[in-house]
Amino acid sequence: MVEPVLAIDGLRKQFGGLVVTDQVTLSVAPGELHAVIGPNGAGKTTLINQISGVLPSDSGTILFAGRDITRLAPHRRARLGLARTFQITSVLPAFSALENVALAVQARSGSSFRFFGDAAAEPALNRPAMAALDEVGLADRAAVPAGHLSHGEKRALELAMALVTEPKLLLLDEPMAGTGREETARLIAVLRRLKGRFAMMLVEHDMTAVFALADHISVLIYGRILLSGKPDEVREDPQVVAAYLGDEIEFE
Amino acid sequence: MTPAAAPADAVPVLTRPRRTVVLPALVFAALALVPAGAFALSAGYLLDLFTRVMIFAIAALSVDLLIGYAALVTFGQAAFVGIGAYAVGILASHGLTDVVVALPVALLASGLFALVTGFVCLRTKGVYFIMITLAFGQMAFFTASSLAPYGGDDGLTVQERNTVLGLPLFEQPLVFYYVVLVALLVVYLLFRALVASRFGRVLRGAKDNALRMTTLGFQVYRFQLAAYVIAGMAGGLAGFLLANATEFVSPAYMSWQRSGELIIMVLLGGLGTLHGAIVGAAAFLLLEEWLSALTEHWKMIFGPLLVLVVVFVRGGLIGIGAALARAAGRRGPRG
Repeated sequence: MVEPVLAIDGLRKQFGGLVVTDQVTLSVAPGELHAVIGPNGAGKTTLINQISGVLPSDSGTILFAGRDITRLAPHRRARLGLARTFQITSVLPAFSALENVALAVQARSGSSFRFFGDAAAEPALNRPAMAALDEVGLADRAAVPAGHLSHGEKRALELAMALVTEPKLLLLDEPMAGTGREETARLIAVLRRLKGRFAMMLVEHDMTAVFALADHISVLIYGRILLSGKPDEVREDPQVVAAYLGDEIEFE
Repeated sequence: MTPAAAPADAVPVLTRPRRTVVLPALVFAALALVPAGAFALSAGYLLDLFTRVMIFAIAALSVDLLIGYAALVTFGQAAFVGIGAYAVGILASHGLTDVVVALPVALLASGLFALVTGFVCLRTKGVYFIMITLAFGQMAFFTASSLAPYGGDDGLTVQERNTVLGLPLFEQPLVFYYVVLVALLVVYLLFRALVASRFGRVLRGAKDNALRMTTLGFQVYRFQLAAYVIAGMAGGLAGFLLANATEFVSPAYMSWQRSGELIIMVLLGGLGTLHGAIVGAAAFLLLEEWLSALTEHWKMIFGPLLVLVVVFVRGGLIGIGAALARAAGRRGPRG
């Protein structure tokens, strides 16, 4: 078996008396799109926060590309090639779309302790940024301040920012949340194009998106992995249907 | 094909710090002409007044760098001015009066104080950051007040202005005026380059969304600390010049009221524009000067006036100017 990009073992997080992440063990293979589904409050975003380092873990280990990153600071994890998007859109509203992405390029290329020279005029930053915007279909919106973009466009912008960091693993925290049907379809198309270039872990409520994209699905309920398997296995598992999918499909 | 066929580096970036040229050029041209005006009106006090304006403009610039570009609301910037000033005063009392010694010591001392206090302050956020910078400012104030060998509460008279390689250049008001003008210009241009650079972009990004910057891989703290030290040294430079201008050093330079005034200057002129800090410092000090000549109750006019501008005019005096220019531009073609 290939060495996984991400291997989580016995990960735990407790807020007061509430165990939010309970002995979670899962792994993501290179190039794989691993979806984590589960009802609201299942601890999906907490898990993403623990992996990206925004929240410290109480116990367990996180191996990233073979390296133990359980106690590593978030900016360090990012430098190792661990990128993420946020459930609540997190772009820099005052910066143009292009500058948002250029900043992400800057994070990866050379020192940012450069006090002179106009960063906005650096082709070395702007070219890859523009290419990434093109890939997510935002090329013609490059000069628009990110705060003025539509919700779906901001989502796409986040993807572009993650792209240019050339991640080994991209954590996607509900990228479809709050987007319309059309925008969801567009985002699914973009993600499908990106699939295979790097591993992705997708936390998502939109089952259409999950089953359209995932190679592997883990079901998280009350902080525990209920089941992990191929999409077909998960779809047909009676436990999952009862606990989660049934409701969701009715809801749709 | 998408419009990406156009060269990427030619794409306009609307949000880069605006490359305003005209207004800053006018401001510096006006400052350069002040001595001529003072001579024509035979109003020598104008030279002193504007020397003071430019010195406080340097300190206000340092505040604008922190608040306007990094959202670090510092309430202790006067401490750095005081440290720069005390460096001059203390060295002079030991017979060391040359710029070659005094200026590096002033810059290093204020930079070091910024490094040590910034190390602690920047671990806090928001209101806590304001309070802890205030606390360090007060600490510097009380330390200066208790420096008995150097005048304590009463302050310290600087017997003579610093010499430049032995030459008493600063003693000539006109020369000193232009020295301060050049210092202001250098700080302004330096900061202007700084905020547009890669470094400045990280600072501005962290101002918008620090968590995002961290998950992109930036250790925001290091950038903020560097900015804090740079701003501290600019404050020290202002203090160095202030001690030379007034030939006196006092703990009052470090009082929290002074720190507050620097913030008001920046807000008055226009936050996050750099040249706004210069305009703000000038407006603040000139208003203070002229209103206090009109009536002894000048603070009753001054206070509300400041509040009105800060509350109602977004973008400060620079904002008013820009709005007027736009209005004039609209009317332009007809008239």
